Amino acid sequence: MRRRVAIIGAGMTLFRRRMLETGKELSFEAAKMALDAAGLTLKDIESVVEGSAPDAFDGVHMKGEYLIDGSGGIGKPYQRVYVGGGTGVFTPVAGWWNVASGLYDTCLCVAEEKMSPLHPHPQYAFWSIFDQILERPLGTTLLWIFSLEMRRYMHKYGIKEEEIAEVAVKNKGNAVDHPCAQLGAKITVDDVMRSEPICSPVKRLDVSPPSDGAAAVILASEKVAKKLTDQPVWLDGVGWTLDSTHWTNRDLAYPEYVEKAAKMAYKMAGIKNPRKEIDIAEPYDPFDYKELHHLEGLQLAGKGEAPKLAIEGVSQRDGDMPVCPSGGLLGVGNPIAAAGMMKVCECFWQLRGEAGKRQVKKDAHTAVAQAWGDLMQVGTVTVMRS
Amino acid sequence: MSQKITSYPGHEITPEDLKASKYLEIIQKVEPKYSWAAGVAISRFLNELKEGRLIGRKCDQCERILVPPRMYCERCYRPTDSWVYVKDTGTVNTYSISHVGTDARRLKSPLLVAVVEIDEASPGMGILHTLSEVEPSRVTIGMKVQAVWKPAEERQGAITDIRYFKPFEGV
Repeated sequence: MRRRVAIIGAGMTLFRRRMLETGKELSFEAAKMALDAAGLTLKDIESVVEGSAPDAFDGVHMKGEYLIDGSGGIGKPYQRVYVGGGTGVFTPVAGWWNVASGLYDTCLCVAEEKMSPLHPHPQYAFWSIFDQILERPLGTTLLWIFSLEMRRYMHKYGIKEEEIAEVAVKNKGNAVDHPCAQLGAKITVDDVMRSEPICSPVKRLDVSPPSDGAAAVILASEKVAKKLTDQPVWLDGVGWTLDSTHWTNRDLAYPEYVEKAAKMAYKMAGIKNPRKEIDIAEPYDPFDYKELHHLEGLQLAGKGEAPKLAIEGVSQRDGDMPVCPSGGLLGVGNPIAAAGMMKVCECFWQLRGEAGKRQVKKDAHTAVAQAWGDLMQVGTVTVMRS
Repeated sequence: MSQKITSYPGHEITPEDLKASKYLEIIQKVEPKYSWAAGVAISRFLNELKEGRLIGRKCDQCERILVPPRMYCERCYRPTDSWVYVKDTGTVNTYSISHVGTDARRLKSPLLVAVVEIDEASPGMGILHTLSEVEPSRVTIGMKVQAVWKPAEERQGAITDIRYFKPFEGV
């Protein structure tokens, strides 16, 4: 019953702290690039999915409706999806429903974020994701929840800050080769350790920046994809699950919701041994420890064992299982929804051998992209194959 | 970015551009004000805070004591059964030393924040709060702590009726 779905084009804008373009303009630029790459025009597109994270960043309510003309959705079956930071990978998941279900043969998936409008700092929007009665009166910031989780993760498995810093070094280094990157840099573990403490154990260089940007992919049914390209990238598995907002009642050392989402996607894609079968991973890395946390949830490392991957070279771009060869959120930037979609775009380009300077050394056929969000509660996963 | 694509769209506004007022800015202040009903479960919880007590709800099916309390058990997906008072002491599950406030500005003095697992609630049932009367370097995961309450006449039925948690001094 379910139809096979392919990604046939991808596009993205620059990721920067502040862009001149509006969210509509960013959406248009990324979508147009993806259409051009697929050799299509908007007339060929049957449905459109837009992903964008909290309305509070832009101060624009009904953001999906606001963005519709830039996203190419006018007069078409159109939906805006939102699961916090998980939105970027959830957007092609929702696109997959459109095509796999047989409803449509082509679907344009666009993810955009403008974080810069909110003053004095985009972080302020995150205050309002906490419980308004029991948590906000304490003066919450999103950085608390990450530093609390990072500390718990380190404590449970005896992991050192220096080991976690290796992820920031790897990802920011990888981003040097990404033409859209905001924060590509060659840094050392020492640089991370000596950077300003923000919310201990989280330091300045453990964190991705706020950004503006957009990214897009075109999905097509097997029949249409085979007509248009001899290099389709198959979206063979999708998964998503959410936990409750009672994050202080949860095991903060292990993201069970990511495990569930990953297992759903792997089952669909027929993957039995993820660590052996997956060639490239793009897990969500808004903080360096989050990449490790998510690699464990994705079953690509044992619990507490993910730090070894970067240290031993496995997750480096020339390693056996490159992780965030794009440069990730830590290096390319973190326009929330667009950042997750950037990971899907990276998998697409890597699997087609088009990643240029970022191309991984190994012969890669299977990739996984994952995003995470809200109050430590969202896991979204896609598995792609060339 | 695909190597087939040689230029990529977008125009950055740099901090220098902002300073030089190179681009127009449209500034609006949005100040919505909300009045939330606290709900069935949390209203009782807040009223108990006013009395200097912590309370949870018990689910007879999974036998968990839920803190913060809820009128339904999200796991069993059935109504919870009874109110259960729990202690105002607990264990630090994790903690952080925050140097920034809600809007990401630096705080004058760092704030200790923690997830505190409440004694007599089910294992893992924590709440978010702050720690004080302790040097940050002395805080450890697993440390026993107790609530420090505002004086009765200052309590308003809010989570801040507990000023903070401090190291447990009892036996």
